[in-house]
Amino acid sequence: LHQNTLDFISVKNYEISSISHVTMSPSRRNNLVSMYSFPLSKSSYSVISAFCTEDNIPQCISYINQELASLGLSSTCIEAISPGDTGLSTVPALNAMYELLQIHRRSMCNLEELEREQLRKSSTLEHIQMSNTRLKDQLELSIREKSGLHETERQLQLKIKTLQSCLKTEKDEVQKLQSVIASRASQYSHDAKRKEREAVKLKERLSQLLIDRKDKKLAIDVLNCLGRADGKRRHWKTTKATSSHEDEMYKSLLSDYEASQRSLMLENAELKKVLQQMKKEMMHILSPRQPSTRGATADDSQEQVSESHTCDASRESLDQYCEHAREQLTNSIRQQWRKLRNHVERLDSQASQAQNQLESNKEVIPRETHEDEMERMRCEVQQCREFIHAQQQLLQQQLNTSFDDETAALLNDCYTLEEKERLKEEWRLFEEQKRNFERERKNFTEAAIRLGREKKAFEEDRASWLKNQFLNMTPFTHRRRYSSSDGQSALSISNEPEIRMSSVKSQLAKSSTYTTFSTPRPSQSAPVPSTTELYRTLRLIPDSRYYSVTLLVHRVLRSGGMSIFSLGEDENSFT
Amino acid sequence: MNFSEVFKQTNQLCKVSPDGKYLATCVQYRLVVRDVSTLQILQLYTCLDQVSHMEWSSDSLFILCAMYNRGLVQVWSLEQPDWHCKIDEGSIGLVSSRWSPDGRHILNTTEFHLRVTVWSLCTKAVSYIKYPKACQKGIDFSRDGRYMALAERRDCKDYVCVFVCDDWHLLRHFETETQDLAGLEWSPNGCVLAVWDSCLEYKVLLYSLDGRLLSTYSAYEWSLGVKSVSWSPSSQFLAIGSYDEKVRILNHITWKKITQFEHPAIIDNTKATVYKEAEKRPGVGSDEMPLHNITMGATLFNTQSKYEICPLPVQIPVVKPDPDRASPKIGISVLAFSSDSRYLATKNDNMATAVWVWDMQKMSLEAVLEQTSAVRCFQWDPLRPRLALCAGNTKLYLWSPGGCVSVQVPTEGGFQVQSLNWHCSGDSLILLGKEQLCLCYMDTDQEDNCSPDKNM
Repeated sequence: LHQNTLDFISVKNYEISSISHVTMSPSRRNNLVSMYSFPLSKSSYSVISAFCTEDNIPQCISYINQELASLGLSSTCIEAISPGDTGLSTVPALNAMYELLQIHRRSMCNLEELEREQLRKSSTLEHIQMSNTRLKDQLELSIREKSGLHETERQLQLKIKTLQSCLKTEKDEVQKLQSVIASRASQYSHDAKRKEREAVKLKERLSQLLIDRKDKKLAIDVLNCLGRADGKRRHWKTTKATSSHEDEMYKSLLSDYEASQRSLMLENAELKKVLQQMKKEMMHILSPRQPSTRGATADDSQEQVSESHTCDASRESLDQYCEHAREQLTNSIRQQWRKLRNHVERLDSQASQAQNQLESNKEVIPRETHEDEMERMRCEVQQCREFIHAQQQLLQQQLNTSFDDETAALLNDCYTLEEKERLKEEWRLFEEQKRNFERERKNFTEAAIRLGREKKAFEEDRASWLKNQFLNMTPFTHRRRYSSSDGQSALSISNEPEIRMSSVKSQLAKSSTYTTFSTPRPSQSAPVPSTTELYRTLRLIPDSRYYSVTLLVHRVLRSGGMSIFSLGEDENSFT
Repeated sequence: MNFSEVFKQTNQLCKVSPDGKYLATCVQYRLVVRDVSTLQILQLYTCLDQVSHMEWSSDSLFILCAMYNRGLVQVWSLEQPDWHCKIDEGSIGLVSSRWSPDGRHILNTTEFHLRVTVWSLCTKAVSYIKYPKACQKGIDFSRDGRYMALAERRDCKDYVCVFVCDDWHLLRHFETETQDLAGLEWSPNGCVLAVWDSCLEYKVLLYSLDGRLLSTYSAYEWSLGVKSVSWSPSSQFLAIGSYDEKVRILNHITWKKITQFEHPAIIDNTKATVYKEAEKRPGVGSDEMPLHNITMGATLFNTQSKYEICPLPVQIPVVKPDPDRASPKIGISVLAFSSDSRYLATKNDNMATAVWVWDMQKMSLEAVLEQTSAVRCFQWDPLRPRLALCAGNTKLYLWSPGGCVSVQVPTEGGFQVQSLNWHCSGDSLILLGKEQLCLCYMDTDQEDNCSPDKNM
């Protein structure tokens, strides 16, 4: 239990001490003093060693207790074990000692801290003092400077004042001199005039005198008078003569003006031409870029329209020197010039911006790497070019070696190529079919014609035969039979087997021979073979394929057009 | 290039007839007429005194010899050597005598500019024009010889009279807006009269033939003004040289300044060629042929000179004029257009050794010829763009767009060229010394050498 209470005490003491410490902090000075005084007393103890003796223990205890109480450790009283005993009760004493030690340590810590702080403070103080002195010096310096400047200013002002006064005097001087000059000039001119008048008077007098003296010497001595250089006689001075002089003068003036006007006109025309050209070129320069550069606003387009209009107008006015037109021309030129100037300025600014950007870029990217990059890119471009070139060459070669439709198509596109090929194939088939059809058609027509002719010939033969038969029965058979058997009948008979034997394919040549043979008959007409006849012929050639064609042939023969035939064939092939 | 032998002359009186056939020279009181081609004496006339002025009539038939100190004028006929005419101005004196453009009248200006006497050789009639103004150039005939402009001073005001030369009818008489008229000059087409004020005021006035004021031009005020005026042969430009060392070119349409040519002491115009004459003693490097100098065979016994092309910039020697003296030696005193109006040659008085040639098409400096001595006289070839100049020494200098040549005049006795005149064909030059004269013939092949691109 005792131990417990001790612990409790110690804890409590600690708390209290901490509190006391806190409470003591405002009165730190006192505390400090007491702290300083403590070692002093300690030392006094070691030196004098007279604080506690055997005799004054209770006093000491009470004193200590008092002291402790004053330190706020009133709870821990040091007591003697017993009133008469010299021994101390250990727990409170130790507690007190502990407390004291704690306090001491804390205070030492505090002290140290404070010392450090003090050191810091003193150093900052020193620093501040230093800076203070420096600033003071500066202040002094600037004050001195200021005063110097003030001084110079004053001097300058003085100088200005003197100069101003000088200027004023100079001005006065100038004015004075000017007036002097003016007065002298006027005086001089006056004198000159006076002198001149005098001179004139003198001259007058002199000439008068000379005339009065009847100067004999004044004479002309000519051997014989000369004719005029132009061979004319001298004119009398008449009003007519004077007016003619005037006329001549004005004539010469007029001719001069005309000449100058002509030259000016020529020059003007030339300049106008130049202007026109300039304008045209300007328009040429400006117009294609307008949409890109200025975004082709409605206003712009309107302007353009008006410009073109004025341009036309001015072109017309080239011949007629109309004030209005000229104005228009110059105005439009001016407008365009302004535009051009704006454009150029814009370009300039863009260029400068670009340059700036470039420069800024340059700051970022070192020149070497930039150049390296450039070099690399150039190489790449070169390589690409070579590659392209090689490709082109190869292509060219290929084209040169086998330039047929397929390769040409190959250049275009794969899909179209395929399509094309397919179509071409179809087309080829189609063409072949067409050709076949045509051949067959021809054959059929030939055959039909031939049949018709044969039939006719046969009929005729039969007729002639019948006639012959009939005539043979008549008394005048002799002569008739002779002639007919000699000509047609013999021929037709010889012809018939030939035709029958000939194949369909070699019909063309045969038919031609046939026609030559048949021409001697004027009454003969080639009738269109009827369907039944055709059928009959076809039955001779039993082929299913030809059967379908016969219909077509029939159709063609009825409509009589090749194109329709081909169309029909198309329909056939596609359906 | 060939040179004739040397003939005597006095007062630099030596003139080729307008038709280019005859050469008249005065030697003391004798008048010698030679054939230009053969240089043989055709006629010899004896005057009453030493001749002070000599002039051919426009038809090349008569020669006027004026003896100012005696107030006498004698006229000689080339066709009729016996014919003679003597005009005596009497005690009133004579300061100037000239032919009228028709070659049948003589205009004499009396002393003190009391009057101008017009003598007719056709009728012996005499007429007077009063109040002529004593000035730099008071009389000018139009190029076609039809009109004469005369400066007049009355009541301290300047007037201009325009006469018809045919019958001396006064066509126009008008007051000019000048303080003190100094000169007048017709444009070559005869329609515009340029009138300029004295050097105290920069003022150039342009009048039409009928007396209307076309334009007034003034470049600046207060300082000394116009020093020389010249029309281009095309009447297109009016060049005005002034005391501020500039030439201003006016155009014939607006009569405003087109451009101005400055004559700086340091030439740094890269388009211009500066030819600097370099003298060298004979024998020293005579074997090396300079690029722009075709050395003559006969120049070995005298100091040779050649032109060198100077690298720019070039400093032209400048003489600062004395400000206290009247008519200071500064400003453009001579202006001359080439016959095709393509080039303009100028001389600035404070740079006496330099002649400036300006291109009128490019309106820029074409060439500068820097001589070793002061330039006395220069004149354009009447047909080609070729400039001849002399500098009071024994050499003749020629400039053409192709280059520059310096030619020694190969005569004995130190013939110093003081003045020169082109023959109207442009084939020969008359070089005048102090008391001698000499003809210089241009070879055609030589021409090709010194002006290879004269056709440009």
